[in-house]
Amino acid sequence: MSSKKKHEPKFHIAKRDALAWWQSWLIRIAAVLAALIVCALVTVVLTGENPISVYVKMFDGAFGTKRRIWSLAQNTAMLLCVSLAVTPAFKMRFWNIGAEGQVLMGGLATAACMILFGEKLSGPALYLVMIVTSCLAGAVWAVIPAFFKANWKTNETLFTLMMNYIAIQLVSYYTYIWSVPKGSGQIGVINRATKSGWLPSLGGHDYLLNILIVAALTVFMFIYLRSSKQGYEIAVVGESENTARYVGIDVKKVIIRTLILSGAICGIAGLLLVSGTDHTITRDTAAGRGFTAIMVSWLAKFNPLYMILTSFLLVFFQKGAIEISTTFGLNDSFSDILTGIIIFFIIGSEFFINYTIKVHNSKKGEK
Amino acid sequence: MEERKNAAIELRNITKTFGKVVANKNISLCVNRGEILSILGENGSGKTTLMNMISGIYFPDSGQILINGKEAVISSPKDAFDYKIGMIHQHFKLVDVFSAAENIVLGFQEQEGFSIRRSAERIRSISQQYGFHLDPMKKVYEMSVSEKQMVEIIKVLYRGADILILDEPTAVLTPQETRNLFDILRRMREDGKAIVIITHKLHEVLSLSDRVAVLRKGEYIGTVETAKTNESELTEMMVGKKISLNIERSLPKEPKDRLAVKNVSYKDRNGVQVLKDVSFTARSGEILGIAGIAGSGQRELLEAIAGLLELQEGEILYYAPEDGKENNLRDKTPLQIRNLGVRLSFVPEDRLGMGLVGNMDITDNMMLRSYRSGKSVFVKRRPPKELAEHVIQQLDVVTPGVSTPVRRLSGGNVQKVLVGREIASSPTVLMAAYPARGLDINSSYLIYNLLNQQKQAGVAVIFVGEDLDVLLELCDRIMVLSSGRVTGMVDGRTAAKEQIGILMTKTDGGKTHEQ
Repeated sequence: MSSKKKHEPKFHIAKRDALAWWQSWLIRIAAVLAALIVCALVTVVLTGENPISVYVKMFDGAFGTKRRIWSLAQNTAMLLCVSLAVTPAFKMRFWNIGAEGQVLMGGLATAACMILFGEKLSGPALYLVMIVTSCLAGAVWAVIPAFFKANWKTNETLFTLMMNYIAIQLVSYYTYIWSVPKGSGQIGVINRATKSGWLPSLGGHDYLLNILIVAALTVFMFIYLRSSKQGYEIAVVGESENTARYVGIDVKKVIIRTLILSGAICGIAGLLLVSGTDHTITRDTAAGRGFTAIMVSWLAKFNPLYMILTSFLLVFFQKGAIEISTTFGLNDSFSDILTGIIIFFIIGSEFFINYTIKVHNSKKGEK
Repeated sequence: MEERKNAAIELRNITKTFGKVVANKNISLCVNRGEILSILGENGSGKTTLMNMISGIYFPDSGQILINGKEAVISSPKDAFDYKIGMIHQHFKLVDVFSAAENIVLGFQEQEGFSIRRSAERIRSISQQYGFHLDPMKKVYEMSVSEKQMVEIIKVLYRGADILILDEPTAVLTPQETRNLFDILRRMREDGKAIVIITHKLHEVLSLSDRVAVLRKGEYIGTVETAKTNESELTEMMVGKKISLNIERSLPKEPKDRLAVKNVSYKDRNGVQVLKDVSFTARSGEILGIAGIAGSGQRELLEAIAGLLELQEGEILYYAPEDGKENNLRDKTPLQIRNLGVRLSFVPEDRLGMGLVGNMDITDNMMLRSYRSGKSVFVKRRPPKELAEHVIQQLDVVTPGVSTPVRRLSGGNVQKVLVGREIASSPTVLMAAYPARGLDINSSYLIYNLLNQQKQAGVAVIFVGEDLDVLLELCDRIMVLSSGRVTGMVDGRTAAKEQIGILMTKTDGGKTHEQ
């Protein structure tokens, strides 16, 4: 053989065929394990703590007490609810990153009802008004960018993002107007004495009703996307607008209708947060769920049933990380570092599900 | 083995796989200096993959490439240039707002400093040597497809390539332009260059090349000298069995006017006049062919009829077969057209981007046309599933099952799914744009026969084609479009290829078609 002028590349990346479902889950589980190992290393290097005890604490943070378990379930349900809301829009390739604002608007509408009508309306009537206004508020917040997108092809990502800031400022404004005592800048617990407009606790569990409502929404969304005509239209528009037009689907109508649904469910999430959980509203009521929901939805490939698992996983890691940083007296940011590492690995594993790396053998003859 | 001395490229046992798909399996062949080698094979037989490995786009899994008798490692297009290999791809890679000369020198390190005038001089001398007609200062956006192709060819010659690979170079050319290209390639051959052309058109192979290498399903079948072979032998090598390539063209039975397009004009969003004063009538029981260079307004014409474009002028009249009632389809959406009871089927050019949804399975794709039926808010998946099974069986669709996403199917099978669905709604007008593009010979003829059956069943078939031989074999009448105007309507049984070729490039077509 003549001497080689150039070296063969050592490896190259090739697209995989579809993997069996268990193979892809194996890769995902391996990614989570790898993430935990890296987290352990980082913990040891940065803090000198024993990683095993760190993980025990983490688990403890999520499942340690009955209260913690309820809180874990409640947080999972709330994240899942927002994720359910963004999913139909995402399935249509409408990148709604304004869930944060839509949730806040729903929450603001709920708070307004509780404050303004808390004394005037009877229980059932108050709940009805709360549901209608919160859905409406969320839907309006979502449908404005949708209207512009459908008619003038504006960029929905920027538009929905900007709408978040408006919502936050609106909440700030009303927090000032309604603050108790006046001028304190805090609303505090609304209707503390009468509990009017509070979602009732079932069997003594404050969060049970929230969880049941989200469970029902999950089933609804699963069936809606999979078997309804509207769900089918969403899928067609998302995959190819040209195909949708070709078969006579009114693309504008589908975009607007879907975002009304998406926004309305965000409004419900706001209602559950304000009326069913916090009983107040602040700028942080949505707590970044509008953004985390994007990840939940993507990781679950827009399947509402898988989203139960992904939202649980993310909430679990968040809770665990917070617990670690408080018990070991570490900086708050440390929990963010750990969550970041874990999410990086989970998202990175998708690469290995779609692609494979082939190493070149310098010896030939192997097939 | 005396020809080995002359070998510009020699491939030994080249294998390349993508996932589970073996694109090339143990391929060995050689290309000599001063010859034109055709690589013949159906779509998906691995021709382009093989050539992409020579030009540095892919790297083989195993095997060797020898250039001028020495083993070469080509891991990037730049390596390929260092070995003086130039590839002209099917899709041109030019900057529209640059001139020919600017595109040609782009990214090339001149030895004696850059001067556009000196480069233009060199381009002119290359053009003269091989017979290109090209003004180096012309902007690319002002060029015809064939001129753009010339820019691509000169670009590789300018960089000193003496091994040229052309991927389906004639796909976008008129008969006259093709002849011109072949003359140029012959001159290059006389100049001692090694030329490889990838093609699946048999008559081109026979008229141009010295030798033909045939690939089938990724495997190397053999090389024959062109002088010692014929069309049917090559077909047999390519397909693996003897097949007859006949279309039975019957006379139209009681043709009636079904669709009349009157003075249709369309300007796109950028204000470009894409269709100008187009008028014609499609009749039941006949196939109306539409010929023209790619991008002459064929796509827009069909989309206009299907209700997907907003026209500025004209009418599209549909005459119902039952009672002859007249309906104007202009400015109606596809749904409104359907609700009028007009059974219009449309096989668009862009199959996975318009006709089908690639990520959905066959059942859900069948449902695209029918999902609205019934009052329920839920879709019924049973009838489309039965239709999917029926189409798979009737048209021999090769698929693991009805729940396979259509993008995983091969081009021919994708097209069978689409045509099968469109025919299933028993149309009165069937429009098909390039329905056999990218299909192997067997599938192509299956599609032609399906169109023929529809014609015999009394459907008005409108067929947009690019292969003039096929248009002349299949169609009863052929309308020619050039730059959005109708430049002629000829009889499919008597017209000559050259006649259509001239109409395809005629620019002042308006004159022949004034009311």
